[in-house]
Amino acid sequence: MLNVGKIEEGFVLDHIRAGKSLSIYHHLQLDKLDCTVAIIKNARSNKMGKKDILKVECDVDMMNLDVLAFIDHNITVNVIRDGEIVSKKELMLPKELKNIIRCKNPRCITSIEQGLPHIFVLADEKKEIYRCKYCEEKCTDSLQEQSPLL
Amino acid sequence: MRHLMSPLDFSVEELERLFDLAGDIEAHRGKYAHACAGKKLATCFYEPSTRTRLSFEAAMLNLGGSVIGFSDAASSSASKGESVSDTIRVISCFADICAMRHPKEGAPKVAAERSSIPVINAGDGGHQHPTQTLTDLLTIRSLKGRLDHFTIGLCGDLKFGRTVHSLINALSRYEGIRFIFISPRELMVPDYVTEMLNEKNIPYEEVIRLESIMHRLDMLYMTRVQKERFFNEEDYVRLKDFYILDRAKMELAGPDMLVLHPLPRVNEIAVEVDEDPRAAYFRQVQYGVYVRMALILTLLDIHVH
Repeated sequence: MLNVGKIEEGFVLDHIRAGKSLSIYHHLQLDKLDCTVAIIKNARSNKMGKKDILKVECDVDMMNLDVLAFIDHNITVNVIRDGEIVSKKELMLPKELKNIIRCKNPRCITSIEQGLPHIFVLADEKKEIYRCKYCEEKCTDSLQEQSPLL
Repeated sequence: MRHLMSPLDFSVEELERLFDLAGDIEAHRGKYAHACAGKKLATCFYEPSTRTRLSFEAAMLNLGGSVIGFSDAASSSASKGESVSDTIRVISCFADICAMRHPKEGAPKVAAERSSIPVINAGDGGHQHPTQTLTDLLTIRSLKGRLDHFTIGLCGDLKFGRTVHSLINALSRYEGIRFIFISPRELMVPDYVTEMLNEKNIPYEEVIRLESIMHRLDMLYMTRVQKERFFNEEDYVRLKDFYILDRAKMELAGPDMLVLHPLPRVNEIAVEVDEDPRAAYFRQVQYGVYVRMALILTLLDIHVH
């Protein structure tokens, strides 16, 4: 079995659905960081069978991780100091999602306007409903089913 | 700088001020005849809508301003592939305020984000048509003297009719409103509308026949039932007459009930009803001009003393 060592300072995203770590890597723009990032795919998991894990050696406060609450509720964020888990970061649904999902309404201006970002606004926090900022069409897919399209 | 994208963009208090201004315009038209002298309204209509465009243009001309614009996409730079964002930046250099109609939902919002002049949504696909709703509200307020404590029937295509959804939303902010929805099952109001009414504890009923509730209405808002909305011809033939307002049905209504219609009317209101003093749909068109005049003054921040 492949072993990836502990990180000393930073955070670990655990319980990522198997195969989703690369899209999360891109959503969080981890490619733009110059710190160490470990992408672990298909790790064994008692709970999930298989899972992905991301280990990032940078200060968690530098990152906005709330988009993870939209992408997958089950992801846990472990904050690491001196090689130990010191806390779990709670994720809040972001008020706005920019270029995370695409508006599927063919009558929406986003379907033809060049360079217009696809923005969804949190319309109902309790029911976790997002609506397109422009046409107000509801994002109908369940959060678990949302795949990054942009 | 403010824009108007949805009828809910204005608070109830702001609407009161807007309607007071519209009332003053109606009473003292001469006072406002030069209020917008030197100002230009751009009517950017990417799809034809003669009535709405002429209403905006009449409003601006009544205020002493002038009008430029285009009345369909083919005669605009959109036919060359220009984006809404670019068009509004250019229009901002020519005009002081813009009324935009576009077949794509949210297009006026894109324009408002990029614009340096106020933008009014003059209808974006099946999404919003706020000046129609403001027209409806001003008509009710002017003819009934209030926007609260009445029973309104909405009849016809309640499923696809955006004017109906907007009006329900707008009226749901006032106290004591009871809605009666009259439509075939296929064209009932969507769930999200009834869910909103349930959440706000606003009473509503859904019925199929217009005759059964005419006597209870303070107001009847008619819309057209289109044949193509029905699943089969048989249902259409069976139900279509339920939704045609004629003199016989009007006899069932109270003496003060008002009939409204966003127009154009096809055959859902018999011509014989036009002579009835309770038929308010042509007066409604006139209120549409007053409310657009008040809106232009408000968004341009022009005060007439």
